[in-house]
Amino acid sequence: MGDLNQAMIEKYRTNFLKEVEANVEEGEWVKMCMQCGVCSGSCPLGKFWDHPPQELFMMIRAGKRDEVLSSDSMWMCTSCYNCVVRCPRELPITHIMHGLAHYAKRLGLVPESQPTAAFAQMFWDNLMQKGRVNELKLGLKLYFMNGFGDGIKVALKHQKIGMGMLKTGRMSPMEAFGGHAVKDLKGFQSMIKKAQELEDQRIAEHGA
Amino acid sequence: MATRQYSFYPGCSSQKGASSSNYLTSVQAMCEELDIQLNDIPDWNCCAASIGYAGGGELPRLTLSARNIALSEEHNPGQEIVATCAACWLSTREAAERLHEDQSLLAEANQALAEAGLKLKNETPIKHMVEALIEDIGYDALGAKVKKPLEGIKIAGYVGCQTNRPFGIDGESYENPRYLDKLVETMGADSVPDYEKKVQCCGGALAFSEPEKSQEMVKGIIEAAYDHGADMIVTPCPVCQMNVEVYQDQINQTYGTKFKMPVVYYSTLMAVAYGRSAKDAALNGQVIPAKKLEAIAAK
Repeated sequence: MGDLNQAMIEKYRTNFLKEVEANVEEGEWVKMCMQCGVCSGSCPLGKFWDHPPQELFMMIRAGKRDEVLSSDSMWMCTSCYNCVVRCPRELPITHIMHGLAHYAKRLGLVPESQPTAAFAQMFWDNLMQKGRVNELKLGLKLYFMNGFGDGIKVALKHQKIGMGMLKTGRMSPMEAFGGHAVKDLKGFQSMIKKAQELEDQRIAEHGA
Repeated sequence: MATRQYSFYPGCSSQKGASSSNYLTSVQAMCEELDIQLNDIPDWNCCAASIGYAGGGELPRLTLSARNIALSEEHNPGQEIVATCAACWLSTREAAERLHEDQSLLAEANQALAEAGLKLKNETPIKHMVEALIEDIGYDALGAKVKKPLEGIKIAGYVGCQTNRPFGIDGESYENPRYLDKLVETMGADSVPDYEKKVQCCGGALAFSEPEKSQEMVKGIIEAAYDHGADMIVTPCPVCQMNVEVYQDQINQTYGTKFKMPVVYYSTLMAVAYGRSAKDAALNGQVIPAKKLEAIAAK
């Protein structure tokens, strides 16, 4: 993926906004931002963002490619849609944040040990296995994300929650063995493979 | 034949042994009383919720929802899709709208669907269960089925994010939606109309990856309910329900609070008010028991 990053740098050298417009989900909306800051003020985790959405939009226009794509900020989006419904220009801000995060992932620029980047990837990989999310496996994988020792500590911390979920039938150890799945798994997986190929191809052509 | 039929998208968390299996149980009881028949979309798949975006690009994620809609159009033709999970509803409806606006994305999605022998017509309305209840049936008809009014219970309506934004329920505002309050009152309980945290985010999927940040928000949601003298919180979203209910012990440890606030689904309330048993209302699915509902169900 480092190659794709290099190709994109060379292709769009002077114009990061154009790169975002062509390659980031809903990126063509970025230029519409009028810098009012309502999005930043509406974000539930706004105080943790190094660069709130309004700032990211201006940084994109200012060509601050590295700072934007290697930022931790868009990974803090909770998908609450507060910014989307309040934006006076009706920008799909949530989607642009997801789009920037995905594009950074695609180019290999996500900051090391970003927890939501890791969890989001686990979620996707989990659902790709069987076509449906296996909550038990996803939870266990999350616990042991930072190695076995740490995982045991996390698991112990969550033990009471786990017992509560087991007792109420909202978690099942049986899910460790196979678990729920779509019946046409072959069709499902070739469908997603095709979608990924089409998208990869489209983006590779932009970098060519 | 049932009065109403919908093509039903239950979603991953509703499955047996999953985190909102209790939601599905109470929805089934509620729908039986309302003479609503839910026809599962055969072989539905996960929608990727709002957190699949790291691994899944736009097209693969849209294709996930496109498959569900295509299966619904093939097997449950003419039936509107209803989802009980807020994220399922949002992803599916967003995908339908996006693929409606962008013909080249639609062409690509159909190329991918062809690998599974499917084709998207994309002509099906997609509703949340609450939308179906309120817009298709209406408060009066919902109230007419009440056998055991939930008298003397004060319930804070926690709407959260994704059943409210960006689509919402017809006629409601984003900042102060009133539909849960109206539903609570329709079931004979007391609402908390000025519950100031009703549209506060709980952290969503970040409850897993950023637990401290998420729990700080959840703390506010619960605290405000106590401030208003609420006996319990009601929500329409599986992620809201889980995040607000199951971390209360951890929040108590972190903040020295003494929270023990039951968090139920609207369908839990309705199943009890419609006279169904505690089991049918899935009261046994509460990690924090809703004792006041148990008492009414036992009457």
